[in-house]
Amino acid sequence: MAAPDELQFREFDEAADLLAGNPDATTTSINERQSHVAVNMSADYEEGELGEETDKTELLSGQKKQPSFWTFEYYQTFFDVDTYQVLDRIKGSLLPLPGKNFVRHHLRNNPDLYGPFWICATLAFTLAIGSNVAHALEKRGDPSFHYSPQFHKVTIAGLITYCYAWLVPLALWGYLQWRKGLSIHVGSYSFLETVCVYGYSLFVYIPTSILWLIPASWLQWLLLAFAAALSGSILVLAFWPLLRSDSKPATLATLAAIVSLHVLLAVGCKLYFFQTLPSTIPPVHPLVTAQHPTVLLPRPANASVPLHH
Amino acid sequence: MAEAEESRAGGVFAGLSDVSISEDIPVEGEITVPVGSHSPDEDYSTLDEPVKDTIMRDLKAVGKKFVHVMYPKKSSALLRDWDLWGPLVLCVSLALMLQGGSADSKEDGGPQFAEVFVIIWFGAVVITLNSKLLGGTISFFQSLCVLGYCVLPLTVAMLVCRLVLLASSGTVSFIVRLVVVMAMFGWSTLASTAFLADSQPPNRKALVVYPIFLFYFIISWMILTFTPQ
Repeated sequence: MAAPDELQFREFDEAADLLAGNPDATTTSINERQSHVAVNMSADYEEGELGEETDKTELLSGQKKQPSFWTFEYYQTFFDVDTYQVLDRIKGSLLPLPGKNFVRHHLRNNPDLYGPFWICATLAFTLAIGSNVAHALEKRGDPSFHYSPQFHKVTIAGLITYCYAWLVPLALWGYLQWRKGLSIHVGSYSFLETVCVYGYSLFVYIPTSILWLIPASWLQWLLLAFAAALSGSILVLAFWPLLRSDSKPATLATLAAIVSLHVLLAVGCKLYFFQTLPSTIPPVHPLVTAQHPTVLLPRPANASVPLHH
Repeated sequence: MAEAEESRAGGVFAGLSDVSISEDIPVEGEITVPVGSHSPDEDYSTLDEPVKDTIMRDLKAVGKKFVHVMYPKKSSALLRDWDLWGPLVLCVSLALMLQGGSADSKEDGGPQFAEVFVIIWFGAVVITLNSKLLGGTISFFQSLCVLGYCVLPLTVAMLVCRLVLLASSGTVSFIVRLVVVMAMFGWSTLASTAFLADSQPPNRKALVVYPIFLFYFIISWMILTFTPQ
């Protein structure tokens, strides 16, 4: 039986020493108290003998023996979600409540790759298709317009979405790991949780890109502001508890970087895929035929409304 | 202590203690699962048969699967004897029919042949991996086979669209094409979910069906937006 003094709260570096002494101990990177318990458990029990169920093992119920990196089962652990869980996480990404950290409240140590992957795929196709339809709708009054599917936009949209959803979390995770090395009070999430929160936060852009088909410019910018605010606040609420104990300038800089990258993505997508083309009508053609007098008229006003600053 | 427990258990179940399978009683029946051998010529080599027989057998198998796709019932024939001839033929014909689209510039047009090919095959592989990662029990090639064969209604829709576009290319033809493509898209999705739904874990069916829906939606989009020169 574990001696009572072994169950007391220990400093993190002592637990790290214990971990170094027993490298096979299962630990979690989430909660320091949990990792203490994990180290104590495996120091006391023999390898493979999990012993009787105590309430400590209840806390560790999320842990199972990790399969090897080269087996299929390793990747199955990232897809261990049910339908209602995915729907619950999507709902959580649409409603940023100040008390509820997305990673703690919705992911609960079970990050999945299903959501980020398929949300990015859907977003890429929605952007490309929406862009094509918006382009066709806008130009339908123009007689010289010949519809084309513009399939290359799918490639571009896919590249943008997947690069954002995977490279930015990688950079952020690396940055947080570095800060954690500098100051012990900065927490961190695992890489998968970072990817997960970024992936689910992109969900709100899917209905936004469908609504961008409505050709009112003010509405499009309003929708963009709303969507960017919503998903930005999810990210801020998720990362704020980690950075709270860091120095003020670093915290503010990090949060500002997260939010500005997110807004940059939204604005970039809006401008590239849904741009209302500036009035680049061809000048009055001297050989215009009498059958198409409308070519002489300027383009309809709604296509060239200047943005109000 | 363990022995006392054992004798107590022995008292309760005393009647059963003399029922045992001894080593010398032969066990009857077959343990091996017969691999689906339907035709009697599995017993002898098929090397000596005329080439026409070989080809006709495979063609008949492909044709039977086409019929299964058009009238999807819960039969397991499609799953048991998978083959990839049908999907290859469908994919190539769909990609060929999507050629010849108009383009102002080289890259502004519809999908290239290679793009269609890659989308169909890579998309089918990704969906299969997705369903296996979520815990599905279907094998890799069986799933590819089903997804490939269920492209058949969309290939028929592409044929119809091209014929309609030969006649006219105004608004009426667009509405006709829209209705045809939507109907065939629904048929494809329903057919593939009818075949694949049973092998998925029950809480995750929607998670597996959604990528299939997205896959056929993209193919339908490519068909609908095809505009000839």
